Parts: sequence; structure tokens; C-alpha cells
Amino acid sequence: MSFQPVKFYQTGTFTVGNRLLPDAERSVQANMRRTNSLNSGHRACQGCGEALGARYAIDAAMNATGNRLVAANATGCLEVFSTPYPETSWQIPWIHSLFGNTAAVATGIAAALKVKAKSDVRVIAQGGDGGTTDIGFGCLSGMFERNDDVLYICYDNEAYMNTGVQRSSATPPAARTATTMAVGSEPGNPFGQGKNLPAIALAHDIAYVATATVAELRDLEAKVTRAMEFRGARYIHIFVPCPLGWGHASHDTIRIARLAKETGLFPVFEAENGEIVSVSKIRHRLPVEEYLRPQKRFAHLFSPQPRAQVIAHLQAIADRNIRKYGLCEENAQ
Amino acid sequence: MMRKPFAITLDPGSSLANHTGGWRTERPVYVDRLPPCNHACPAGENIQGWLFHAEAGNYEAAWRQLTEDNPLPAVMGRVCYHPCEDACNRAHLDSAVGINSIERFLGDEAIRRGWKFPPPAASSGRRVLIVGAGPSGLSAAYHLARGGHRVSIHEAGPVAGGMMRFGIPKYRLPRDVLDAEVERILSLGVELKLDRKVDNILDTMRQGSFDAAFLAVGAHIAKRAYIPAGASSKILDAVSVLRSMEGEDRPMLGRRVVVYGGGNTAIDVARTAKRLGATEAIIVYRRTRDRMPAHDFEVEEALQEGVMIKWLSTIKQAGDAGLTVEKMRLDGKGFPQPTGEFETLAADSLVLALGQDVDLSLLERVPGLEVADGVVQVGADMMTGYAGIFAGGDMVPAERTVTVAVGHGKKAARHIDAWLRSARYQKSEKHPVAEFDKLNPWYYSDAPKSLRPMLDIVRRQSTFDEVQGGLDETSALYEARRCLSCGNCFECDNCYGVCPDNAVIKLGPGNRFRFNYDYCKGCGLCATECPCGAIAMEPEQI
Repeated sequence: MSFQPVKFYQTGTFTVGNRLLPDAERSVQANMRRTNSLNSGHRACQGCGEALGARYAIDAAMNATGNRLVAANATGCLEVFSTPYPETSWQIPWIHSLFGNTAAVATGIAAALKVKAKSDVRVIAQGGDGGTTDIGFGCLSGMFERNDDVLYICYDNEAYMNTGVQRSSATPPAARTATTMAVGSEPGNPFGQGKNLPAIALAHDIAYVATATVAELRDLEAKVTRAMEFRGARYIHIFVPCPLGWGHASHDTIRIARLAKETGLFPVFEAENGEIVSVSKIRHRLPVEEYLRPQKRFAHLFSPQPRAQVIAHLQAIADRNIRKYGLCEENAQ
Repeated sequence: MMRKPFAITLDPGSSLANHTGGWRTERPVYVDRLPPCNHACPAGENIQGWLFHAEAGNYEAAWRQLTEDNPLPAVMGRVCYHPCEDACNRAHLDSAVGINSIERFLGDEAIRRGWKFPPPAASSGRRVLIVGAGPSGLSAAYHLARGGHRVSIHEAGPVAGGMMRFGIPKYRLPRDVLDAEVERILSLGVELKLDRKVDNILDTMRQGSFDAAFLAVGAHIAKRAYIPAGASSKILDAVSVLRSMEGEDRPMLGRRVVVYGGGNTAIDVARTAKRLGATEAIIVYRRTRDRMPAHDFEVEEALQEGVMIKWLSTIKQAGDAGLTVEKMRLDGKGFPQPTGEFETLAADSLVLALGQDVDLSLLERVPGLEVADGVVQVGADMMTGYAGIFAGGDMVPAERTVTVAVGHGKKAARHIDAWLRSARYQKSEKHPVAEFDKLNPWYYSDAPKSLRPMLDIVRRQSTFDEVQGGLDETSALYEARRCLSCGNCFECDNCYGVCPDNAVIKLGPGNRFRFNYDYCKGCGLCATECPCGAIAMEPEQI
């Protein structure tokens, strides 16, 4: 297990920093000289989970590589809000690609660096869930299959937010989007569709696959750092709530991410060479209602009358995750 | 004009040109709220403040912060009833922080390492008389001496300490601890005159040319109840029993001791009797346990030691054959009413612990002084009706505990200091209390309270060794780190980390943070994710 939580220093490793910990054990984000790879002035909405997740991840990657890093960025919110030409918020070498070809562009950068024998410069490809699970899926699978030396980071906010909240293959069942309206007998996104990309990445038997949320910074940083210790294709899937698209308060972004993990709806795990090596355990297990209720995209599950069956179905998904990944401590089940 | 690559017409610019602060409808601001422990402390300690230092293992800084308000931490860490712990927000999570045990650890550490108070401020040339060397008098002396005033304590007894020495048994407060803390206060240049009873306060002030006086004579006269008694029955009062424990001759209480009363003093006497060899120590109290004024943990400790308590009973008569006890019942309003049922209780001695009165003889000829219900009336500034004479501790209307007395001493010292400068002490405005709902408790590690070791029951029944042990350094540090730092930034970096707009500026250790309102969009993540509730969202003036 790459990340060993500190058990007791007032807040342990739950908070971003902790003045009681030795410097070496503090997070990258607690550092006064962190890179701020995604700097102020970007045009992301208030409380944007993706902007937060991107800074967490890229700062950690910069720290792990000694600032020798190039990033390719798919079209999507992350690209649009950070780089309206000619302004940019990125403080790293950064290239914008098309919506669907980020993995391929990154592959090209890695190949060029190989030719130039610059093995110390590392390559990251990043995009949202639309650019990753739908449009860029072919390029990504190819990158995995060729084992190109790229870390691909997907910031998953579960729909096409930039273009007006359309459904993607990462949208969860029952969620309302612009293209899966809360109407009819089965409102929202249908059950039984969509892709579980971490599982698909794992099936490619690549060196490193991990999931993380913006609610667990230390875990996220440890995973990015660990990923940089491998060569070849790697994949990190970061859960980033979207206040606009999900319809929750902007100050609740981290709470929602935490609830996704604590209910078991989003399993947080880490796999090396095709095998799961660690899971982040649920601290206080909660029913899925706790996660669904604060989000307007699930409002139709609670009013005008509660849809107990749909909620039970979602609870079953969470329960299956908990069983499958062993998300609860043995005695806490 | 720089040469640009193909199809590039503009220089690359930074998004810093885009001041997103204009989006804001609410702005975050750093606030300091009053932690509930500080709010509850009768001595006005900045508990959260000294725990902050203790958390980092900086015990001396913690002790120095603590003694800004209270010069008796080792005493307080033993005898205080810790209302701070009753108020502690951590009780909502697991159990309250063991503030009292950390205070004791710091007090003991200070004695062990010989930490001293900083030297007093430059002399003001003013002289203050303090009557009584109990907790209130010592506390006032400490604060006045540090403020540069010349302080003289006149104590009627043979040794300093007041009720801390003559009222609290050794098994709760070892005398070497008390001596060490008293000595440290005296070493500030405080003059202590023992066996010096003040009979007339105005005469004494005139003779010693004192500019002000603080009276803290305590409440030493035992209250009486009329109980018809036979010739051979032995009736004592709790105050003298406990006082005589300090002398050579220990009181002869016999094998069966009955204590009449329901306060902490009654418990102290019963436990003392047990230690002196009584086979039976029985407390007779007219109401029920939940209505007993004694603190529950003391009742519990007494019961553990074999003290028996007869609830709903009053003593009607002390005859040669024993005590006649009448059973009581509570009426609708909770008052005990006689039932007419009697029983006999064998007893070698009866100790009355029915409360204490104040000896006010020294104030007899002071004009303007108001006395009501046997205690001296004082204003919010602790001054009596006679200008320049202040009073505190058990002789003024308040709860009678060491902690309250220490608080009175501090408060009076501040007002005396201002009065001597012909000014008024302006109390700084209190911050709003940091209630539990202001916190984000997710971030605190799960950590149950560490318990202090207790002496073996056999030794508690036969010796006056201290009952409750102290925490070792590791446990004290652990306990300090259970503090949630309610309402006050403890630099966890959460705001700095969780801002999606990088609009929080970290100012470095000890300097906390600042918002960069040029870029803050007002999402409120920092305020929601602040563990201790030190950020508030305020509507933007538009």
C-alpha cells in the first residue's frame, strides 16, 4: 500500500496539512511553494471539482518528476476554462489536442522524447469523462495496448458539462442530464448502460490503475506519485463533483465526493500490474440517500413521491461495490 | 514584435489578468470564535490557546500561556471541577478532551523543571493589601505583582493556601504541589504575613499606607443546625475536622462516623474518616443523588472506597444510643418532606457538613458596604460599596470553588490595576461561541479519551496518598492533540488546499492565511471544509 495514513496527530492525514507532522510527511498541497500548475484566474465555475482535482494531480506529478513534465489536454471543461486563447492558467508545458485524440497526442510526445533520449521528461494526458470514456476511448485503449509511457488522468464529472450537461457513458444510472431528462416511467439515465473505465483499464493489464476523489487529497497525491514510479501506460480516474451539472451547492463539492466514497458508490482502489493492491476503506458507512439527496440531478428520486425502488437499486450497486472491493473493515460490515 | 510561429497572432498571456473575484456574491473571512471550554472556564483561561502549544509538544509555551490567567495549574489540574470538559465539543464525537489532566501535567512539569514567572513590570509605586492567602488572594497577588504593584498578603492562618490547604484533603491535593505553586507566586516579590488577622480593614490600610485592598477571607465558619443531643454524643463540624487534619493531632472520629450534608465537603469528610480507620462512614442526606450538590465523580469515588450514603434522611436527634433519623420523601416540587418514620443509626461521632459562613468582622466599621445573605456585595468590577476595597472568592456571591476564586482574583486585579491608574478596565468584547455545528468534524481522527490512573482501592481506604495519578508525557500529548481547536485556526492548510482558484495565500507557520479577493469566486469550499469553523461567509456589499 503506497499511502499509509497517519493515525493520530489531531487530524491525522485527513486535512490538507498538519503542522504536527514532519515536513517529509506533509502533502504537496500544504507546501507554500507548490507549483500551482493550474493557476488563479481560470474560468471554472465556483467550487469546480475538476479545477481542484487537476491542480491536486498535476502539482503532485510536478513534485514527483522534479518539474520535468509535459501535459496533453483533451477538449472539455478543463481545456476551455483554463485556456481561452491567448490566456492560460497552466504553469507547465501544456498542449491542447482534439476532443478524442489526447491519448494519441501524448503517445506522440512520449515517442518524440524517446527519440531525443529525454527519459527524464514525463508525459501526462488528461481529459474529462466524455473525452475519455466516449470520444477518446479508442485512442486510450490503443495507448494502453501499446503500453506507451504515458500517465492518463481522467477527471470524471459524469457528463458533458462544458456543452450543457449531456449524458456520457460515465453518467450514473437515474441521473438527470440534458439528454436523459427526468420524465417518463424510468426518469433519468437508464440502468445497465455506461462504462466502468477503471475496470476496463485494469483489463488491459497495464502497470498502474487507480481511482481517487477530491475528498481524499493525501490518497490522490500518493497515487499520482506512485504512478510516476512506473514506466509504460498508467491510468488514474479522479472523481470530481460538478456543482453546475449535478445541482449541488458550490461549497459542497468535497462533501459530495466524500459521500460518493463513504456510500460505496465510487470505490477508491489501486492496482499494480493488473491486480488490486489496496482499497481505501469506508470510514463511516452511509446509505446512498445521503449522497443522492443534496444533488438536484437526483431530485426526482425524492419528489413528488419517493422512488424507493430506484434508490434500492442504487443501494444494491453500492453494496456490490463494497463486497467486490472489500471497502468496509471486516468487523465494520 | 516578436517572431511568432505559423498562425499565431497573439503573445501567450496568463489567466492572472482575469480577476475572477468579481463573480463573488459572498466573501470568506477568517474569524476567531470563542471555544466553549474558554467560555466555560471560571478562571478565564485561554484553554484552546495553551492546548495549541501543548499539541506541538511545546509544554513551556503552553504553561506560559496558561499562567497568563491562572498561576496555579498544578493545583487546578487536581481540584478543578473542569466545567471546560462539560462544555467541550469533542463530547459530541467520542468524549471530552481531558483538559484537566493536561493542565495537571503542565503544572507538574513546571514544578519539575523549575519554570518561573517572568519578572514583574516596572514598579508602579502603589501598594495593595490582600487579606487572605487562599486561591483568590494568591491569584490577585500574582496578577497585581506582575503588573508592577507592591503586594502584601495578610493571612490569619499559620500557613498560606486557605481552603486549598484546610479544606481539600491531601489525597486530592498533595501539599508539596500546593507549596511549590504558592512559593512561585511569592517569588515575584509578594510579601506574605502569616498569623496576621485583620480586625479592621480601614485601620490596617491606613497603617500600612495601602492604596487599595482586596479581601478574600473565604468562608470558614461552619453552619450549624439545631440537633438535640445527649451528654455523651460527639458532634463536630466538617471545617474543623478537615482543618485539624493539617495539624499534629488527627481528629478522633471513632469507628462509626456519620456525616450530615450533601456537598463536596461532606464527601471529603466521609472519605477522610474512612482513611482514618472508620469501619463505617455514612453520609446522611435529605434528598436524592441526582439532587446532591456534590459532584457526581466525587460521590462515585467515595462509594468505591466504601462510603455509604443514606438518601432521603434527616437527623432529628443525637442521643446516647445513637442518632435518630427521619425518613423523607420528595414532594412535587422536589423538596424533602418528613414522613414521620424514624430509625436509629449507631454512631461514634456526627460531623456536620452543612455549609460555611463568612467571618465579616473585619468590615464592621466600613461605611457604604453592603452585606446580603451573609456575603459581601460587589459590583461587576469586584469593588465593594467602599471605593478602593475590592472583594472576591467565597466571601462574595458566587459558586464556591477554587477555580471561581482564582477567576475572581484575576478579575479584581485587573480592576484594581485600572482603579489605581484612575481608569476603568475595559473588558475586550467576547467572540461568539464556536458551537459544534460550526465545525466539520470529519477531519478529526477518531481518538478516545485517555484515562488517568487511579490508586488501588485498598490504599485509597487506608492512606492519604493521592487518589488520581497524572498522565505521562505521551498520554498528555495524545490528549492535547484530541483538541478540536474550536473556532480558532490551527493551520491545517485545508483552506489553502481546497480552494479551486488558488485564492488562499499561506503566510507561513504561525501567521495563518489570507484570502486573495482578486481571484476568490466565493464558492465557500474553504468555509465548509474548515475543520474548526474559523471561516465565515459574509454577503458581499454590491
